[in-house]
Amino acid sequence: MTEPQVRSGWPLYEVFLRGKRGLNHVHVGSLHAADPEMALHHARDLYTRRNEGVSIWVVAARDITASSPEEKDPFFAPSGDKVYRHPTFYEIPDDVPHI
Amino acid sequence: MTEDEYAVYQSLAQDGEDHRWAFGTGFTDPLEGVDASVPDGVDAAALATYCLMLGDDALIYSHRLQQWMTRLPELEEETAIANIALDLLGQARMLLARAGLAEGAGRQEDELAFCREESEFRNVRLVEALDADFAELTGRLLVFSAWRLELLRQLTGSKDPVLAAIAAKGVKEITYHRDYAAQWVIRLGDGTALSHGKMQAALGTIWPLVDELFRADRVVAALPGIAADPQTLRAEVDTVLDTVLATATLERPDHAPMAAVAGQTGRDGVHTEAFGYILAELQSVARAHPDATW
Repeated sequence: MTEPQVRSGWPLYEVFLRGKRGLNHVHVGSLHAADPEMALHHARDLYTRRNEGVSIWVVAARDITASSPEEKDPFFAPSGDKVYRHPTFYEIPDDVPHI
Repeated sequence: MTEDEYAVYQSLAQDGEDHRWAFGTGFTDPLEGVDASVPDGVDAAALATYCLMLGDDALIYSHRLQQWMTRLPELEEETAIANIALDLLGQARMLLARAGLAEGAGRQEDELAFCREESEFRNVRLVEALDADFAELTGRLLVFSAWRLELLRQLTGSKDPVLAAIAAKGVKEITYHRDYAAQWVIRLGDGTALSHGKMQAALGTIWPLVDELFRADRVVAALPGIAADPQTLRAEVDTVLDTVLATATLERPDHAPMAAVAGQTGRDGVHTEAFGYILAELQSVARAHPDATW
């Protein structure tokens, strides 16, 4: 057992939910928790109160590597004029779902 | 579950548009659409009292948990406790409504919650005290939910299909409450020297009220096959509590049980000093404005 230390605030976790009819997990918000287990409990209590979810992911916000706004142009602008990358030149068969 | 019981369960657990929201139309009658006739050969008065016992446990404890709102250490914990209090309030509403129907005197849930005197409440004394701190809150919640989970599990096999269905719905809720409480007891018990000390002290405060949960009861004795015998719950509950306490590096207290008053405890309507204050807060608005609606 360690000596008490001043708590500097619980780390931030990002919460992802998969809804009943959803196909993938969607970011719904963030919360504070001492560890991943507690984060999962908190996510259940904060984000599934209205029967929204069937599956929860939590991930420590510090573990997320994100692109920064400054990089916006070099990252995304080059794809802006390449219309041929969109699959709009195909006939999509009726029996292929989720496209 | 038999087919009959399953039908009752489905109507309680249904998730139609109306039931998803607290202020939907499903709010008016907790047993709406349920056949609540008392099975043949069942002592209806005893069944009504038994439903009051289980309903009052949930009602009073829910109120105590609600009093923690705005006082908890973190916003996230506050939502957790609010959810738990709401689950229990839902159980209380169904059980009090069931009690009123079994009694057959036309009393509804609100009348039973707001217009009874202290001695008419049948809850165990464990749920009456105001928790001194967060450790006491989690310790009491652990004991309460470990006990109630076993109780409801047994009741899922009750010969009263309504009670069985209410229990089946409650089992899922209480399972989460117990997990939540156990997680905190372990975290605090196996935490710092300070948190360990507070958790151990909290258990000492709670423990004198544990014995009462397993007392034999004459109302239960009058309902064979319907009610769950409290004495048979002890072994299972003890195993759960001992496991959590061992993981949390906490000692199981050996405090003497709180005495009964002339052989009577909470189940007989004899309560602790704290109880009058609960009723004062719980009932004052309803009594000052009878039949008011909003």
